[in-house]
Amino acid sequence: MKIGIVCPYAWDVPGGVQFHIRDLAEHLIALGHEVSVLAPSDDETPLPPYVVSAGRAVPVPYNGSVARLNFGFLSAARVRRWLQNGAFDVIHIHEPASPSLGLLSCWAAQGPIVATFHTSNPRSRAMIAAYPILQPALEKISARIAVSEYARRTLVEHLGGDAVVIPNGVDVDFFARAEPKPEWQSEGARSSGKGGGGRRAGTIGFIGRIDEPRKGLPVLMKALPAILAEVPDARLLVAGRGDEDEAVAQLPPDLRSHVEFLGMVSDEDKARLLRSVDLYIAPNTGGESFGIILVEALSAGAPVLASDLDAFAQVLDQGEAGELFTNEDADALAATAVRLLRDPQRLAELRDRGAKHVRRFDWSTVGADILAVYETVAAGAASVATDERVGLRARWGLARD
Amino acid sequence: MTTLIWIAVAIVLIGVYLSWTAGRLDRLHVRIDAAKAALDAQLLRRASVAQEVGTSGVLDPAASIVLYQAAHEARQAEDDHREVAESELSQALRAILADEAQLTAVREAPGGEQTVAELTAAVRRVPMARRFHNDAVRAARAVRRHRLVRYLRLAGHAPFPLAFEMDDEPPAILDDRSAGA
Repeated sequence: MKIGIVCPYAWDVPGGVQFHIRDLAEHLIALGHEVSVLAPSDDETPLPPYVVSAGRAVPVPYNGSVARLNFGFLSAARVRRWLQNGAFDVIHIHEPASPSLGLLSCWAAQGPIVATFHTSNPRSRAMIAAYPILQPALEKISARIAVSEYARRTLVEHLGGDAVVIPNGVDVDFFARAEPKPEWQSEGARSSGKGGGGRRAGTIGFIGRIDEPRKGLPVLMKALPAILAEVPDARLLVAGRGDEDEAVAQLPPDLRSHVEFLGMVSDEDKARLLRSVDLYIAPNTGGESFGIILVEALSAGAPVLASDLDAFAQVLDQGEAGELFTNEDADALAATAVRLLRDPQRLAELRDRGAKHVRRFDWSTVGADILAVYETVAAGAASVATDERVGLRARWGLARD
Repeated sequence: MTTLIWIAVAIVLIGVYLSWTAGRLDRLHVRIDAAKAALDAQLLRRASVAQEVGTSGVLDPAASIVLYQAAHEARQAEDDHREVAESELSQALRAILADEAQLTAVREAPGGEQTVAELTAAVRRVPMARRFHNDAVRAARAVRRHRLVRYLRLAGHAPFPLAFEMDDEPPAILDDRSAGA
């Protein structure tokens, strides 16, 4: 199958959507499909062979933050050229409603179009105003995919219609096979490997931007004194970008030694960190439509404690595959964390359940579902072409062919 | 004179808008046709595999007859009876495959693994195709409800699109993703 994938965000900036597209493209290529990804990128950045640059993304203020978007005639022309050269059986657009490459390709293409909606933003003013422009573009999409039941619900509320739910994929075995790093493990976990009986559980993991309050580190910091009061040798390992001094500012100085900052970590180190910790805490306060980090933690066999956001509750199977606490409630977080850290049996149980539950997020399952969507819409339809606007003259039969 | 020019400009603009809307509707109808063809293909595929299993003699006689009958009805149903017939096939499949031993029996027959894989693909793709079809129908109906579209009959003679409503819940045992694809 010839598949074209449109990535709305700059390829060289790390982000969930970009990683998802990279993994999807590589998974499909490994299955023997022909894949081309159109993504914004500087012309100097080295790109994998399957990525085609759509030009540089321009930073513009949009929707409350500075987004790097692609627009203008140059980008539109590149989209059309990519469509014409590719002759795809199906194109897969990510974030078709964002005013970037997604929307441009929706305008320019016709034929079997699949679209994935990643974010579940509440309907913005701009979206309402742009509705007459968006609607004709969005109604060309033959199949919509939402990444979670929650994302599907917001999509149905805001744009009408329906979508199938296919979660984001994770390479489960990559995380499951990672080697734990002894200095990130608690004494108990280290010795249990040598048969010493995992009595003392105590390392807590957190991965995410430190300076982004929505990722919830402040909630965790607020809960930490209470956790340390009950489990004095606990340690918190924080991986992610941001100002470290500011993050620990509200923590009593004598407790600061219990927090270790690892900075930005590579994919390998992320997997090793998740393999090493006794408990992974996701205190995010909102703005999550899926929660890939939870799936990664479960894959690595880390027991997960997460805030009870809709998206998280769904990934954790309503608390079956991991524990949930009331969102933004530091006391509830501390109480649950203490209970878990003191109960190795429960932790082991969560590890087992997580490892079983997480199989549905593996690329082998997710990739098969996405391919089923491609095949359903591509069967019997012509391949994707550029949408040539038929002029009035042609419609009235005046054009000379 | 200027009034005349303005009127001419307005008429041209309205003409462009109407032509564009007609094009948009045309594209939506093409999308519905494609989605309907895809749904039809998936339903037929499901009914054929079900019929194969029903006539294979692998299941117990009662289950065989129930499955064969439901699959046969689904394939032969007229358009206005099809939603009911297909729903009944879904129910029959669920009832028969509620017992895991039946699926094991099919698996163990020669070529059974492949039949199970085909059946799994079919029961998962029917709901997908149906959602895509109904999504296309909804989009077309939204445009066709516009007053201008109705009064000027921009939709031409295309019939008013209808959603396909049925019970398409797959048997739980075939929809379990925790075991891998």
